[in-house]
Amino acid sequence: MNNNLQQQHDRTMVRVQQGLVRRYRQEKRFQRIGLGAIVLGLVFVSFLFISIIANGYTAFQQTYVKLDINFDPELIAPVGETDPEVLSKANYGGLVKKTMREMFPDVSSRREKKVLYGLVSTGASYQLRDMVMQDPALIGTRQSVWVPADDDVDMLIKGHIDLNVPESDRRIKNNQMVWIQSLQAEDRIEKRFNTTFFTAGDSREPELSGIKGAVHGSFFTLMICLLISFPVGVAAAVYLEEFAPKNRWTDIIEVNINNLAAVPSIVFGLLGLAVFINFFGLPRSVPLVGGLVLALMTLPTIIIASRAALKSVPPSIREAALGVGASPMQTITHHVLPLAMPGMLTGTIIGMAQALGETAPLLMIGMVAFIVDIPGGPFDPSAVLPVQIYLWADSPERAFVERTSAAIMVLLAFLISMNLLAVWLRKKFERRW
Amino acid sequence: MKKLISAAVALSLTGFVGMASARDYISVVGSSTVYPFATVVAEQFGKTTKFKTPKIESTGSGGGLKLFCAGVGVEHPDITNASRRIKKSEVERCAGNGINDIIEVKVGYDGIALANSKAAPRFSVTRKDIFLALAKEVPDPKDPASGKLVPNPYQTWKEVNKDLPDMAIEVLGPPPTSGTRDAFAELAMEGGCKKIDWIKAMKKKDKKMYKSVCHTVREDGKYIEAGENDNLIVQKLEANKGALGVFGYSFLDQNSDKVQGSLVDGVAPTFELIADGSYPVSRPLYFYVKKAHMGKIPGIEEYLAEFTSDKAWGDDGYLADKGLIPMPMEERKAFKSDVDSKTSLKL
Repeated sequence: MNNNLQQQHDRTMVRVQQGLVRRYRQEKRFQRIGLGAIVLGLVFVSFLFISIIANGYTAFQQTYVKLDINFDPELIAPVGETDPEVLSKANYGGLVKKTMREMFPDVSSRREKKVLYGLVSTGASYQLRDMVMQDPALIGTRQSVWVPADDDVDMLIKGHIDLNVPESDRRIKNNQMVWIQSLQAEDRIEKRFNTTFFTAGDSREPELSGIKGAVHGSFFTLMICLLISFPVGVAAAVYLEEFAPKNRWTDIIEVNINNLAAVPSIVFGLLGLAVFINFFGLPRSVPLVGGLVLALMTLPTIIIASRAALKSVPPSIREAALGVGASPMQTITHHVLPLAMPGMLTGTIIGMAQALGETAPLLMIGMVAFIVDIPGGPFDPSAVLPVQIYLWADSPERAFVERTSAAIMVLLAFLISMNLLAVWLRKKFERRW
Repeated sequence: MKKLISAAVALSLTGFVGMASARDYISVVGSSTVYPFATVVAEQFGKTTKFKTPKIESTGSGGGLKLFCAGVGVEHPDITNASRRIKKSEVERCAGNGINDIIEVKVGYDGIALANSKAAPRFSVTRKDIFLALAKEVPDPKDPASGKLVPNPYQTWKEVNKDLPDMAIEVLGPPPTSGTRDAFAELAMEGGCKKIDWIKAMKKKDKKMYKSVCHTVREDGKYIEAGENDNLIVQKLEANKGALGVFGYSFLDQNSDKVQGSLVDGVAPTFELIADGSYPVSRPLYFYVKKAHMGKIPGIEEYLAEFTSDKAWGDDGYLADKGLIPMPMEERKAFKSDVDSKTSLKL
């Protein structure tokens, strides 16, 4: 009998031993597949980051040209003139052209002159205007001024133009090359940090374009979105989690909230167009409407995250509060909500980060638009960062390629810092029971 | 507390309604082809006048006219850009919504290029070749005069026309929602389609059938819809030497070191040849202004004056630098005087 059992045991051991190698191998393979998936993901992400940074880092520099400008009273206004009306109307373009002609006196034909003037950006005249408006005492003096170079010159200096192709196929012609080389010889061409990129709105001239308008637009849009979706989302979550009876109606509501979280964002754009613009008559292209639409989009995310946070607060807390005589409302506002708040904030920040990257719903409400003026509030027309990226990616000028990547870098920086904030909040305030 | 806040937000929201009463900037919608030119004018206008910079949305020609014709009032756009002329049905739709006076302004011309990488030989095609290579149905190659249509059998350019290189047909172009695609179908494909006598005869008998034969692009993967982004097409052409791409002249102009425009009917897509009308695949660009908004929205007259000034749309104007092909002098004068006298469009 005993022998019999022993035999059986031995047989089992043999089978286990036989299978053991195979099972170890299987586990190894399983682990390797998992590791491979992570490596593949990392490769893709690093490829994305490297290509964006490699394309875009040059946009943070801009080529400038030094001009010795004689602020000629004849072209601007008599010395001593301070009336801004007169000063703003003066011929600053003529001033730039005159300076260029003086620097290259050999250029005589009309066509050549036009090409010569094209070396500096059209923004140079606005820069001079702003200088004179700020300090009318400049009139009659001679100053060295660094003005932005034209985008084609900028591309040449940055090495994006191949000089080996025939002249007719280049944006920079041979005579321009000669002028640029003589400017370089005199140290009149320099790459500097591109402040315009951070202080200007959109422009059709790459060297004058910036993301400030889009950053402001994104800020106002997200503020409106936050102001609406956070209180509404938290209120809805508290009611559903703490007060609502559990019946068929609340089940239906719950299922629908989960469904809404999966609805494609463009649908919210169509809804916004129909409700806010066509029915309520709100203006097109403004952050107010954008924020409302994005609030609709992020609400389900916030409600779901907030409910999960409320659920994770242990019942003992509620029972203890109720036990010492707190009313249900006091229980929630004094004890449950503060404990659930980190989770709710994390969900909200993730929702906001999602809203920051949206373009599709904004397409329908007219926020995909060319807007130069920097918006001063949620009622001014504005674009947002992802829209700006989309518009630049579609522009023919080559200098917009690097600016597109640079704008993507800025957007990614915002997204990463928002996500880090969410992680930090969770780490700092999270409590485990 | 939270509920109080949400109640306050709801209240202030209802307060916002009705704030749409005033608008102190011009609102422009419409074609994505005119967009790069209109935006340059708008920026100049904003920087050199006391008015705000106009807001320009790129909605496509059809979408723009739909918004434009929706009604009179600040919530509707003042100007719409179009890469084709307004249709009779659209004028009627406008009139139905109380918009009776529209000013039509032709801006200039845009050439559509069929281009390939500089590393490959330059193509020289006729419009008939384009039609035969890209149409969904073509006349039976065995007996072209028979009047029988077969699904496009051509695989290489050499099969289409023995003078063309022995390369597989692969054309990257815009999707059907694009105005560039419409113009390409109308000017290049229909232009070639008309060269076949029995299809041309069909126009009188069955216009619908004629249009569908001439405008329908093949769907077997030889014509690849590359999205609305012309920059992307240029990049793909660089990587794929055997492919041709369809895009607007301004992109060819900016990338002439990477891609070359094919000769169409023996004419190259250059600035001069598009301007004098000898390049066959070019189309006029327009914008339309709502007369009822003039005087109500500040700056419309001045914006029109800027757009129609010689420094903008002239032969040496800044729009020509951006790739717009200017109109001949007389045509510019005619449209300028229409703008100055605010003459309404009559179809």
